[in-house]
Amino acid sequence: MSLDLLGYGAFFLATALSFGIICLGLNIQWGQTGLFNVGVAGFVAIGAYASALLTTPETAGRFGGFDLPIFIGWAGAAAIAGLISAAVGALTMRLRADYLAITTFGIAVTIQLLALNLQSLTGGPFGIGFIPRPFAAVQENALLFNLANLALILAVVTVLYLALERLLRSPWGRVLRAIREDETAALSLGKNARAYRLQAFALGGAIMGLAGAIQGHFIGFIAPDNYVSALTFQVWAMLIVGGAGSNRGALLGAVLVWGLWSASGALIAALFPPDQQARAAALQIAMIGIMLAAILLFRPRGLIGERGTVSRFVG
Amino acid sequence: MNPQFFADGLLMGAMIGLGAIGVTLTYSILRFANFAHGEFVTWGAYGTLALTGAIGFAAGSDIDAIGPFSFGWPLLIAGLAAAILTGLLALALDLILFARLRAKGTAIIMVMASFGASMALRSLCEFFFTSAPRYYSRDIQIAIEILPGMRMTPDQLFMIGLTAVLVAAMHLLMTRTTLGRSMRAVSENPALSSVVGIDVDRIVRATWLIGGALAAAAGVMSGIVVQIRPFMGFDLLLPLFAAAILGGIGSVPGAILGGLIVGLAEAAAVPLIGANFRAAVAFLLLTAVLLLRPAGIFGVRE
Repeated sequence: MSLDLLGYGAFFLATALSFGIICLGLNIQWGQTGLFNVGVAGFVAIGAYASALLTTPETAGRFGGFDLPIFIGWAGAAAIAGLISAAVGALTMRLRADYLAITTFGIAVTIQLLALNLQSLTGGPFGIGFIPRPFAAVQENALLFNLANLALILAVVTVLYLALERLLRSPWGRVLRAIREDETAALSLGKNARAYRLQAFALGGAIMGLAGAIQGHFIGFIAPDNYVSALTFQVWAMLIVGGAGSNRGALLGAVLVWGLWSASGALIAALFPPDQQARAAALQIAMIGIMLAAILLFRPRGLIGERGTVSRFVG
Repeated sequence: MNPQFFADGLLMGAMIGLGAIGVTLTYSILRFANFAHGEFVTWGAYGTLALTGAIGFAAGSDIDAIGPFSFGWPLLIAGLAAAILTGLLALALDLILFARLRAKGTAIIMVMASFGASMALRSLCEFFFTSAPRYYSRDIQIAIEILPGMRMTPDQLFMIGLTAVLVAAMHLLMTRTTLGRSMRAVSENPALSSVVGIDVDRIVRATWLIGGALAAAAGVMSGIVVQIRPFMGFDLLLPLFAAAILGGIGSVPGAILGGLIVGLAEAAAVPLIGANFRAAVAFLLLTAVLLLRPAGIFGVRE
């Protein structure tokens, strides 16, 4: 029993941390640079599908199945998602901030549509199965399998976290925050705001794509239903709850909101009769929506939030 | 090409245009892209459904449909009441959420809050009414040939007529009345308008009421012609934004023209790319506008 619990704990934490990676990507875009991306689910989907196509064995009636190693799939996912983000950024960076929101929303809707209907590429509504899973050799032993995957995802999160912390402290990261706080001032210092925004958006998108690939390989199966706007919304709630601007906040928010989501799901399963559960699940999303709005109103900095960084030399 | 596509596009365009008027007004007067606008469409449609049911129950007996239409007077009254209620819903949302955030500043936080509100509103709708599609009437209407090769049902003709009336009324409101002129003034420059004595808060309230009511009208139309689903407004959101940006933010004629273009383009594209990809048309149009003329047809460069 306690071993089952440990196995579930590892599974839960691995899933939550995979969401945490998406949050880290969104934190570069929104937390550091102030870019509003409403199409998170779309970029995660791009990564998941790209990696699945690269790593699955050949399948009759579907393009791809290149049977490449998982790590190549991860890298490919990040590269493709990053490239598409750069294209979206190039299109919208010169316009008002809301246009980026609307365009990314459109991207997510369109990607979902393509995933659902381009049967020969994406497998259509049934998705893609048999995606190679890391440590598939120990798949029979659920506990060992979940713990090994948790360790792998934890390693990715740690590397990403340290790299991002370093990057955001670098001059490059300082320029991002300068542009977010006062674009005119940054421009007058000779910083090309559009280019920096574009870089930040593409980097964030690449990390989201990587997260999509990691999730796809962990579960071993992807379908268009995983990448609806509810996913975008969960990730936003995670970042806002944890505290936009802080990488630790992004990870904390991911674990907390995913915990709340899983717990409320279990509660609904226990309280409602089976025929009413689909209906009650709508309440879960409503709850997250109200929580997001409430945090924006009453605690806009989130739980951890960004530390004020005037200068380490000033008081 | 089959002329029938023109009838379908016109109908779809009328719905999109009505919804886009609300989007373009909130965008220009309140200065943020309201992602919750699609939910006003949905709530308007469901509100009408619930009220029609209530009136039918109160009246006791079956009420006959009017003339050739599939609906009777209860639907018209319920639709009007639901439009007012949806306007009040928009106003309430502003009161508890947007007004407070507006006081704090940045517009992009309001976009995010509207995103959260849209999720909550849609999910509540799904909870109350379940996700099963609903209909105002299950009667089957015979389409009449209005032009060679072009058929429309009486309901659809009524919708086109209603849209024309609403758009004409909106145009007169915006160009001939003090309220309309004040709304345009606030969208140009809120600080300056309050200096000349325009009550900006009143204009904001009027904007929500009008936007919500027109969204509800679009919802009822979509409910009569297609069906009522919790996701109907969400699915309409991208075409709404595309239409508002295509027409030029802040322009009422632009919104309706943009709506017609999006609707006709969708209808024309269906035979070419298949109905499955219909929703991508609005996105392609949006991308094209952002690339070629971000200010839209009637817009002015900022």
